[in-house]
Amino acid sequence: MEPLDTHISRQYNVDLENIRTLVLQMGGLVEQQIEHAITALVQGNVTLADAVIVTDYKVNSLEVTIDEDCNQIIARRQPAAGDLRLVLMVIKTITDLERIGDEAEKIARMAVQLANEERPKNNYMEIQTLGTHVRHMVHNALDAYARMDTIAAVRVAGDDRQIDKEYEGVMRQMITFMMEDPRTITRALHVMWAARALERIGDHARNICEYVIYQVKGKDVRHISLEQMKKEVGEGS
Amino acid sequence: MSENITANAMGLLKSEAKSLNFYYGEYQALKNINLAVAEKRITALIGPSGCGKSTFLRCFNRMHDLYPGNRYDGEIMLYPDDVNILHAKIDPIEVRMRIGMVFQKPNPFPKTVYENVAYGLRVRGISNRRKLDEKVEKALRGAALWNEVKDRLTSLAFNLSGGQQQRLCIARALATDPEMMLFDEPTSALDPIATASIEELIAQLKEQVTILIVTHNMQQAARVSDYTAFMHMGEVVEFSDTNTIFTNPAQKRTEDYITGRYG
Ligand SMILES: Nc1ncnc2c1ncn2[C@@H]1O[C@H](COP(=O)(O)OP(=O)(O)O)[C@@H](O)[C@H]1O
Ligand SMILES: [Mg+2]
Repeated sequence: MEPLDTHISRQYNVDLENIRTLVLQMGGLVEQQIEHAITALVQGNVTLADAVIVTDYKVNSLEVTIDEDCNQIIARRQPAAGDLRLVLMVIKTITDLERIGDEAEKIARMAVQLANEERPKNNYMEIQTLGTHVRHMVHNALDAYARMDTIAAVRVAGDDRQIDKEYEGVMRQMITFMMEDPRTITRALHVMWAARALERIGDHARNICEYVIYQVKGKDVRHISLEQMKKEVGEGS
Repeated sequence: MSENITANAMGLLKSEAKSLNFYYGEYQALKNINLAVAEKRITALIGPSGCGKSTFLRCFNRMHDLYPGNRYDGEIMLYPDDVNILHAKIDPIEVRMRIGMVFQKPNPFPKTVYENVAYGLRVRGISNRRKLDEKVEKALRGAALWNEVKDRLTSLAFNLSGGQQQRLCIARALATDPEMMLFDEPTSALDPIATASIEELIAQLKEQVTILIVTHNMQQAARVSDYTAFMHMGEVVEFSDTNTIFTNPAQKRTEDYITGRYG
């Protein structure tokens, strides 16, 4: 991929750099939303949960702003090749970021519900563990995006498998709890919803990694195995 | 040169430049060009000013023969005949009948609309009025101009608008039923509406002829062509299907050019 700042038109350089920066800003906000939502749930902090719910509009409005900027660039500049892929990738990335924001909001809503329930002995350990992994995955996906690092993108996309395994673990655990003691059903269902939201966030982070590879290599790596993906990226190059 | 595409994947070829070099006297304007032109497809030549697009295009109808001191070597094969049209034994006039050319500025003759189109036919020895009428109408229809000029066939071509004059030149080229049409920046003197109608016409023409078009408007190449060759300093740097060239070119020089970067 060619550097962004080498166009003959300086304004074009500025416009492209600008959407890239806004995506990173949106990514930072979304990471913070996930972190706050998990903390709110684990600590039973309703105020923090409410803050997450209220802040979601900021994520949405960033999506709209970036979308409009991309439309402008397409209409005015007719980007081609790497520039075209950049703009397309930004449009897709912000859709995933917006959905991650929605999932964080869902977790915050579960946190509000759970605050009314008796706290479990393990202090929502399973959500904390899964949540930390998912949060790191999102962080690393955005990092790969910022540095256009395809090797890192493949690695992070691979983390999604681990997340899926942990998610299944949580589900099994909750089902066991519910069978052992039906009084925990309400709480377990909320935990399952939150875990489901975290698992979905992992899927979105994986998508972002695939866009990074598309952007840099011009190859669509959606719907292929991790092994094929590694081959496409030419690990080590 | 980087060829992202094999001749096999292109289907039937109409023409093919092989190791083509061209010299304006001492100056070598084309360097070892190899390029396949797919039959009934549109092939676009893009590249910075002075890279040799027009020079290359003019080889296909032996225009350079009109000036002494110009020299070709290599071949341009025309299929299915399998003849090298640059060969000294080939009559350039015959080549020009089979391979028509349309220029940047519309250049109708100072004659009536009718006579502009009939010109090439008369050169070919057709003088029967009914036959001429028929062919002129067919060519004007082919150039999407008939409805606009059918009541002014005897008025001077210069009275037409720029876009109409360009379509008249296309009709003139079409009248002799060419197998291939060469367009050298055919819309650069036209407004956007006239440009759109010429592009639409070119898109329709590919059902009957093979088209080679030079354009400095990259969006135009992206809009109309099936294959694109990027030229730079007398060479073909990259040739591929248009989609690939505009979404994921293999060469840095191509990417720099189509994305508006310093070379
Ligand atoms: N009649 C000519 N005599 C000498 N040099 C020429 C002539 N026509 C073009 N050239 C040179 O050949 C090169 C290619 O020109 P041309 O084919 O017109 O480029 P393009 O169409 O890509 O702008 C340029 O360097 C130009 O100066
Ligand atoms: Mg030219």
